[in-house]
Amino acid sequence: MEQRRTQFGLNIPALVQSAGYPRLIITAFLLALMVYAAVLGLPIGQLVSSILVRFGMNAILVLAMIPSIQSGTGPNFGISLGIVCGLVAATLSIELDLVGLTAFFFAVAVSAILGSLVGYVYGLLLNRVKGQEMTVGTYTGFSIVSLMCVFWLMAPYKSPEMIWPYGGEGLRVTITLQNRFDKVLNELLAFDIVGVRVPTGLLIFLAICCALMWVFLRTKTGMAMLAVGSNPRFAASSGINVDKFRLVGTVLSTALGAVGIVVYAQSYGFLQLYTAPLYMPFFAVASILIGGASIKHATIVQALVGTFLFQALLVVALPVANEAIANNLSEVIRIILSNGMILYALTRKEAGGDLG
Amino acid sequence: MKTLVPESVRSKAEASLARFLIRNAVPILFTVLCLVGSYYARLPLKFLLNDIIVRMARNSFLVISLIIPVLAGLGLNFGIVLGAMAGQIAVITVTYWEIGGIAGFLLSMLLALPYAILFGWLTGILFNRAKGKEMIAGLILGFFANGLYQLVFLFLVGTIIPFRNEYMLLSTGIGLRNTVNLKGIHYALDNLLKVGVMGLNIPVATFASIVLLCLAIRFLFKTKLGQEFRSVGQNRYVAEVSGINVDRVRIIAVIFSTVLAAWGQLIFLQNIGTLNTYGSHVQVGTFAVAALLIGGATVSRATVGQALLGTFLFHLLFIISPLAGKNMMGSAQVGEYFRVFVAYGVIGVALALHAWQNITKKS
Repeated sequence: MEQRRTQFGLNIPALVQSAGYPRLIITAFLLALMVYAAVLGLPIGQLVSSILVRFGMNAILVLAMIPSIQSGTGPNFGISLGIVCGLVAATLSIELDLVGLTAFFFAVAVSAILGSLVGYVYGLLLNRVKGQEMTVGTYTGFSIVSLMCVFWLMAPYKSPEMIWPYGGEGLRVTITLQNRFDKVLNELLAFDIVGVRVPTGLLIFLAICCALMWVFLRTKTGMAMLAVGSNPRFAASSGINVDKFRLVGTVLSTALGAVGIVVYAQSYGFLQLYTAPLYMPFFAVASILIGGASIKHATIVQALVGTFLFQALLVVALPVANEAIANNLSEVIRIILSNGMILYALTRKEAGGDLG
Repeated sequence: MKTLVPESVRSKAEASLARFLIRNAVPILFTVLCLVGSYYARLPLKFLLNDIIVRMARNSFLVISLIIPVLAGLGLNFGIVLGAMAGQIAVITVTYWEIGGIAGFLLSMLLALPYAILFGWLTGILFNRAKGKEMIAGLILGFFANGLYQLVFLFLVGTIIPFRNEYMLLSTGIGLRNTVNLKGIHYALDNLLKVGVMGLNIPVATFASIVLLCLAIRFLFKTKLGQEFRSVGQNRYVAEVSGINVDRVRIIAVIFSTVLAAWGQLIFLQNIGTLNTYGSHVQVGTFAVAALLIGGATVSRATVGQALLGTFLFHLLFIISPLAGKNMMGSAQVGEYFRVFVAYGVIGVALALHAWQNITKKS
């Protein structure tokens, strides 16, 4: 490939190459929206604050895609399995009447355990359907989410915050966390700077998760998992148990998904039960793909960049759309952008993997 | 494709019975489920039969539209959602023009055709670029197209697209209402020829069109094109070597499927009588696929008979599950969630089994 250097020593073609056109286009669009928002006189400080919050609350769910992609099972379309585990853990913490950080960390711990168990079973399934993990994962997720709807209807919880006040069956559709662990991370050490509120605790928690992931990918287990993902046959011939490390990837991914939804819920302030987790996997998958990952390769930076771009675009697009045209344009943009991105990744040649 | 049962002590009859049971495990399981459910639902038989007739007439066409891509090796075409959208675009147009009756219905079939061909062509190109991942691509394509559909009908209608009809537009004058009353073409096909037999109302014209479609599909697979579908479905590489333009044949298969789905959606809508503008098409793919699989079809094998049997069982389950849930578990909602679980679950299990078989075949 021809590599030209400009006078300023910047290698622009290589820069474009490494960033990739989709990201450049999205960044340009984002900047244009920002300028437009400023022209409209929208409060930029508030916009940036909510970008930070939405970035932090979604990033762990996106981070969960890394072990599954790197271990060769593709983007985890079944992450909703982890999500329902996280929801069970969170409801459990309310039922046990826990409050504040205790409640939050209890939910995180329980969700990680539940997520690992479910991820193990799910991983066994994925090892039997090699090459069709995405489709099977999607429908496994769909069916478990609907099965869990029956669970939410019949769960023997007693806490008045979760059941309907005057009879009615099952748990509420959305449970408020106001007196539980609503924004405990966001507000931890939070401070204001030039009109922007920084959710320090949330970002620190995310940084710890990223650091752990970074370390894990460099351990012996992590390296073996990467080997299995990038070339299963070569890995097998050099004596690595392919199925075992795919399982490790799935367990880790599902557990992170479970933790991810607890973090998401503490920031959002509500637990959304029943069919709410149904389409969440698609947005997580889309985020990492927007960051430049393919269905065979993903890095932590790609997860963070993708989440940031995606969430920033949605945050800025919403008020701009409200001012300019109509109400729920933002939701429509979210659907088109995320699914368009997944389609793009599925048709990329390098991501090939024709199963024949 | 027939593999002989290994020689064993078992008699041939026993072996073939076992094979029959294994091959038809899914429909048998669902028949048992439906029988148990019907017993607990305690619905009067006449009501049950009338309801199932209505639902068979309404949905069979859509389920059958999945068969051609299955046989052409594309798997289950979740992209029929785009066909349903083509049908809805036509129905919205016809309602706007206020053309009702069978004339309106036939016109909407005609109008849906170019849209469906275009959508099918684009879907086919996408599937050719995502070979081996057609099903997940089709599913995501459905979501993506739904986003574009919402963009058009929520924001462009009434602004860029000239559209003046206060009954169909939202009060702001931009975007279509959530429901559009289709009284013009309501029952246009069903009431064309309706026969009552022992208290059962049978929409003969609708069933006639379904039978016609079945015959047409049977005929199609006797033609040269049909044979090409089959050979591409059996082995893409062999077909390519023997001089078939595989990509083109695959695109044609998807176009067929999309057009049939568009017409199927029109039959569905003329029976329902109201268009749920942003919802009617969303579940079309999932429900049709689930029905086909319940009938005993797999990702690579499907027949018209399986489609019809599957539609029957799936919709029987749909009718009885709320009541059965209420009588068994004391909650109608449990039954409703349960049937959604069944729809998704059967697809998941069928896909998993198919992938599993492929792996064991290879090794």
